[in-house]
Amino acid sequence: MQYRLTTPVTREDLAPLRAGDTVLLSGTVYTARDAAHKRMMELLDRGERLPFPAEGSALYYVGPTPERPGEIIGAAGPTTSGRMDAYSPRLLDLGQAIMIGKGVRNDAVKEAVVRNGAVYLAALGGAGALMAASVKGLEMVCWEDLGCEAVRRLEVVDMPLTVILDPQGGDLYQSGPAAYLADLERKQKSCL
Amino acid sequence: MRTVSAAEITAAVARLCIRANTCLPEDVDRALERAYFTEPWPLAQGTLDLLRQNRDRARACSLPICQDTGMACVFVELGQELHIEGNFEQAVHQGVRQGYGEGFLRKSMVADPLRRVNTEDNTPASITVRIVPGDQCAITVVPKGFGSENMSRLGMLKPADGVEGVKKFVIETVRLAGPNPCPPIVLGIGIGGCFDKVAALAKHALLRPLDQPNPDPFYQVLEDELLEEINALGIGPQGFGGRATCLGLAIETAPTHVAGLPVAVNVSCHVTRRATVVL
Repeated sequence: MQYRLTTPVTREDLAPLRAGDTVLLSGTVYTARDAAHKRMMELLDRGERLPFPAEGSALYYVGPTPERPGEIIGAAGPTTSGRMDAYSPRLLDLGQAIMIGKGVRNDAVKEAVVRNGAVYLAALGGAGALMAASVKGLEMVCWEDLGCEAVRRLEVVDMPLTVILDPQGGDLYQSGPAAYLADLERKQKSCL
Repeated sequence: MRTVSAAEITAAVARLCIRANTCLPEDVDRALERAYFTEPWPLAQGTLDLLRQNRDRARACSLPICQDTGMACVFVELGQELHIEGNFEQAVHQGVRQGYGEGFLRKSMVADPLRRVNTEDNTPASITVRIVPGDQCAITVVPKGFGSENMSRLGMLKPADGVEGVKKFVIETVRLAGPNPCPPIVLGIGIGGCFDKVAALAKHALLRPLDQPNPDPFYQVLEDELLEEINALGIGPQGFGGRATCLGLAIETAPTHVAGLPVAVNVSCHVTRRATVVL
């Protein structure tokens, strides 16, 4: 199934999504990698507010290349999400609804996804030129000293994503390869 | 004696950094095409097509293929009859500084592994020099992304583990990596030597074009078998499931100690980049 979603999203918006579905995401998406996540945790520890409204928000784990003059953004594919595992459950419990990245998440993140009715979506790893095409606006939010790791606000239109972790506990990194191998086995048996 | 100036080396390295990051090498390009046309799983074929579109858009718009424009690994084959005028290493670093600046490439280097302050110009380069006969200087720039680099592994196996032990270690590495290194992946595999040598072999193996088999028939068979077994794992493009888990792999070997069997697997991705020039 393909879904069109616009941020901020509600739990109800995400409820029908299943691992393997595709999503065309529009609206505001914030960028943050490890260094920015660490600073967000420090803010929360001090009882301060996050640099963006958490409720229904989408975070994209990306460190884009510098934009050339006249362009909105450089190449902007996802980084490996596992480096954010230590931080994500806390943000999901605060209302963050969508994580965008690539690669395996740990059990704590999977549980937080189910607990909060959130989703983890994959952008195409290593496809920085293609992912950048859906970014229509960019604004610096904070921590410019982090360079490519600073928090930016992106306006995206129809960003092509794939559901990896869904609110029902589905995980495409398990079910996708399993489905392919089962199909292969079925075909081999029918050849015998 | 022929002379090449430091300025010529800087200019060449700068150009190579930009070219490597925007144009996929022809052999990797062909491997991606082959993977697309032979992929039996429709979902996976769709994903491979998106990777092809990304490659085309990067080339058409002179955009980096991937936003992780990497650590600049620079391999130099330096003719022993060539004189370099000026500081060779500084010339290479300056080339990286220039290329990553002028090419709007990402600056991904931190000066210290624990204190982690960005050097802001992607230097230093990781430079490997080999002295060879002749009076030429061949420079290859390999921008190495860390999504895949982080999935690399090194094992000090026992001689009794033999070829089966090596295969098991390589397959296990691919399994553990799963979707993280942006499959379809490319593997550089080192076997033999000592602790540091085996890692260098694995990295150097990534320089070999994917359609060029190992010159030793024994290792050619091992390469074919490994590729077959990896592409039977089902991980598929992006880890979504499918046949195309690995585009190609290369093994490099070195003599080793009677007591050891070192193995290293350097994991790379579908954006395995390299560009070469001969001065």
